[in-house]
Amino acid sequence: MSEVVLELDNVVKRFDDNEVLSGVSLRLHRHEVVCLIGASGSGKSTLLRCANLLETIDSGSISLFNQSLLDDRVDPDLVRRHIAMVFQTFNLFPHLSVLDNVLLGPVHALKRNKAEAREEAREMLSRIGLLERANEFPDRLSGGQQQRVAIARSLVMRPTLLLLDEVTSALDPTLVGEVLDLLRDLAHQGTTMLIATHEMNFARDVAHQIAYLDRGVLLEQGTPDELFTNPRHESTKNFLNRVR
Amino acid sequence: MAVFFLAPGGSSVRYFFFNPRQMWDSFVGNPAKGLSSVGIGLLTNIWMFLLCEVLVLIIGLLIASVRTSQSPVLLPFRLLATGFTDIFRGIPILLVIYMVGFGLPELGIGAISRQSIAVYGCVALTLTYSAYVAEVYRAGLNSVANGQLLAARSLGLTHAATMRRVVLPQAIRTVIPPLLNDFISLQKDTALVSTLGAIEATRAAQIYAATEFNYSGYVVAALLFLALTVPLTRFTDRLIARDRSRRLAGAS
Repeated sequence: MSEVVLELDNVVKRFDDNEVLSGVSLRLHRHEVVCLIGASGSGKSTLLRCANLLETIDSGSISLFNQSLLDDRVDPDLVRRHIAMVFQTFNLFPHLSVLDNVLLGPVHALKRNKAEAREEAREMLSRIGLLERANEFPDRLSGGQQQRVAIARSLVMRPTLLLLDEVTSALDPTLVGEVLDLLRDLAHQGTTMLIATHEMNFARDVAHQIAYLDRGVLLEQGTPDELFTNPRHESTKNFLNRVR
Repeated sequence: MAVFFLAPGGSSVRYFFFNPRQMWDSFVGNPAKGLSSVGIGLLTNIWMFLLCEVLVLIIGLLIASVRTSQSPVLLPFRLLATGFTDIFRGIPILLVIYMVGFGLPELGIGAISRQSIAVYGCVALTLTYSAYVAEVYRAGLNSVANGQLLAARSLGLTHAATMRRVVLPQAIRTVIPPLLNDFISLQKDTALVSTLGAIEATRAAQIYAATEFNYSGYVVAALLFLALTVPLTRFTDRLIARDRSRRLAGAS
């Protein structure tokens, strides 16, 4: 197996008295796609946010390429430039054009040359088939298009790891396909991804590993075949029966 | 209108308030008779509110930024900012003007105590209006969805860059109409500085009334204020309408 990109070890996260993650351990290797499945409220989103240091954890460790991210000397802003995140609600910046949305990270976080970054951003937009909408504002785009722009915005950061938080859940069913197709392409190109999703067929197609979260506990993990055809836990079986 | 022309006292009101000759005299003033010009007085109002508006925009934003900050290190500043807004929103503006205008010169601390009355007026107006405008800004900052913050931070933008590139542009766009509203009211409140004795439009009209026993100067001052505030009011309305139509277009 290739090198470990992200490693969560025994991560515990509480919001006040509510323990959302109860000692989750997870490993992600380079070029690997891991899908997180589980009911709403099982802690999938929180797990992704913790991995991007958007939440502080209560105990456990998170490391990127074997380097702990919880060390005081680690600048979270630098870490986030390597770990990109795409949200359920897109969160495009409404006051910026599509192109400027994609440019914000490279120009203002990576401080890259603006002309070069613009060229690359346009290439990225053409790759997702939205170059002709580059100068429009996000609210003129459909949900599916907005989410594709959000993914492009993450990709221009050339992240080592892409976190996707139920990126199709807020979409009209007819628009889900275009976003999943884009993610399939990324998976085939070897992008390392941790994907929280309710799209079981998609997960079965692209994931190398499926991890099932149940009320903050990573109950089981395995290849899609293992997990979908032979779930070991009763809770996993029930969940899979409910979503299928 | 009918009351104005038909009321028993109508003709005397027309003579004492709307007398064209007196209105003109008070507008241009008469230095020989010790009468200040209401027109020139208005220039004082104008520079006062221009200066105040710039200061209020900056100070208000500073206070709002401190109040909406999360960092525990800034807690003392947060308390200070909260205290400031509580105090200056809670005291009638006239009292603030008195305290600053009569208090600061009495302190006898060098340059601070040797400013002109109009400057003290500006300080007082700036204190009060900064407190109001800080609240307007704060509402704007809070109106920006948390997801915007998360998205910007997840791109690796620093907190400062996130505020500057993502949160503030959106917040300011939402607060422009209420901000202009406060500015209209600030423009009028420069007249209160007359109570300190600054010769601005209202004070000039008062002097004219006291000397010539005719109130037409007040009407002149009122008309001049209208000439300033009405365009700004219309402009604000236009912005609100544009904003609404843009939002409707976005929702469709």
